[in-house]
Amino acid sequence: MSLKQTREFVITKGVDEYFINLYSAAKFVLRFFNEVLRPPYEGKEIIKQCYEIGYKSFPLISLTGFITGLVFTKQSRPSLAEFGATSWLPSLVAIAIIKALAPLVTALIAAGKVGSNIGAEIGSMRVTEQIDAMEVSAVNPYKFLVVSRVLATTFMIPILTCYTGFVAMMGAYLNVQTNEMTSFVSFFEQAFEKISFLDIFSSLTKGIVYGFTIGIVGCYKGYNATQGTEGVGKAANASVVMSMFLIFVEEILIVQITNSIRG
Amino acid sequence: MENQPHVIDYNQPVITVRDLYKSFGNNHVLKGVDLDLYKGENVVVLGRSGTGKSVLIKIISGLLKQDKGTANVLGEEVAKLGGKQLQELRLKIGFSFQNSALYDSMTVRENLEFPLVRNQRQLKRKEINESVERVLNAVGLSQTINQMPSELSGGQRKRIGIARTLILRPEIMLYDEPTAGLDPITCIEINNLMNRVQETFKTSSIIITHDLTCAKATGDRVAMLLEGKFIKQGTFDEVFNSDDERIKSFYNYNFIK
Repeated sequence: MSLKQTREFVITKGVDEYFINLYSAAKFVLRFFNEVLRPPYEGKEIIKQCYEIGYKSFPLISLTGFITGLVFTKQSRPSLAEFGATSWLPSLVAIAIIKALAPLVTALIAAGKVGSNIGAEIGSMRVTEQIDAMEVSAVNPYKFLVVSRVLATTFMIPILTCYTGFVAMMGAYLNVQTNEMTSFVSFFEQAFEKISFLDIFSSLTKGIVYGFTIGIVGCYKGYNATQGTEGVGKAANASVVMSMFLIFVEEILIVQITNSIRG
Repeated sequence: MENQPHVIDYNQPVITVRDLYKSFGNNHVLKGVDLDLYKGENVVVLGRSGTGKSVLIKIISGLLKQDKGTANVLGEEVAKLGGKQLQELRLKIGFSFQNSALYDSMTVRENLEFPLVRNQRQLKRKEINESVERVLNAVGLSQTINQMPSELSGGQRKRIGIARTLILRPEIMLYDEPTAGLDPITCIEINNLMNRVQETFKTSSIIITHDLTCAKATGDRVAMLLEGKFIKQGTFDEVFNSDDERIKSFYNYNFIK
């Protein structure tokens, strides 16, 4: 390698590219906070995206949430039955669902469904020059495409999280009712005995953080898509992988923070 | 609006490009390009694929930044403009993309309304409808107003793309390969449309193409871009009567009626 070639990179090509990408991602996220409160507001587009992201995810979320609650209760029963503690099932299931499963299941389903959709849609608009067309017609594509989608995911994922929690609890109730003939009121009284306001608050916070992550990652990957149709596929794929990775990292951080608040 | 033959004002340049350089990695695309576009003029930039023709108009519209040199549009240096100033300048520039770049998820009406309602928020519904009808009539496609882009033919998509730029009443039109991928009859229709746009909307245009029929039909002046530089500028006949072998070979590979 010639001297001239080695001087092209500050450290190595890979490390340089990593830091350049990190810088460009940070700039992309900061731009969101810079643009979100500035008029003009794309109200119609935000509502449309809330419908696309939230309402259209209800069937999938209903099914996965219900099955999660049902299966989790079914799997937990034998271990508790060994100690004759099946009466603890409602509290155990509620703690697991509200604290961890509802936000995580919702976020992972949304990362797959919504994140890939955003990445592919914006990526396709990038490679077919539709984003350039917005720019040259003096329209801010970031505001129209990114801000509206990120706001929609940030707003809708916590709502979906609450809904997932509800249907998962219904799944759990079905299992408990079938085995112990517990009444609906009694099940939910027991279930919420051990749930504090902090648990619900942290669960909603997770929903907001995960929603923001799914939206911004999908938009970032799509907005920076290159190489034609191959790039669109890569953007969709990278949106899902990166969102899921970040969701798990955020899960650890939020749990640590919540535990330290709880003391 | 009554169509009148266009008049070129050679004392009033609307675009001035000087010593423009642009590279992508080791690929040096533009190597010192100079170009003037005068008010009311149609300049055709000819050249083989990959010679930087589209890069040139993307720099002029502020979509790309040059490595060196200047691009002035209506007295403003594009690279030095930021945010609002650049947006204001872009209102005066219409850009017709090679693949039309129509918004897939919107109907023709929504495509046309999109830039208008976002740049002139005070407009009433009636005024918006009138503007949409006016540009659709100008491109001869009023019947497609409720169709989706996927339902249009290649030629129709090009026309709607042009209509979308015209709705903001630009002073300058930049056409990127307007006849690429079209059949010869549709090409002639697009050429006629570009001339009609110039006469009706009093625009000055840069037309990027490698189609000599298009160049001859639309260009007041032709500029030949080869190896990153303009090697010849003049009328169509002046350029192609040249003894330069590179220009001759370009001419020989094209078919002109």
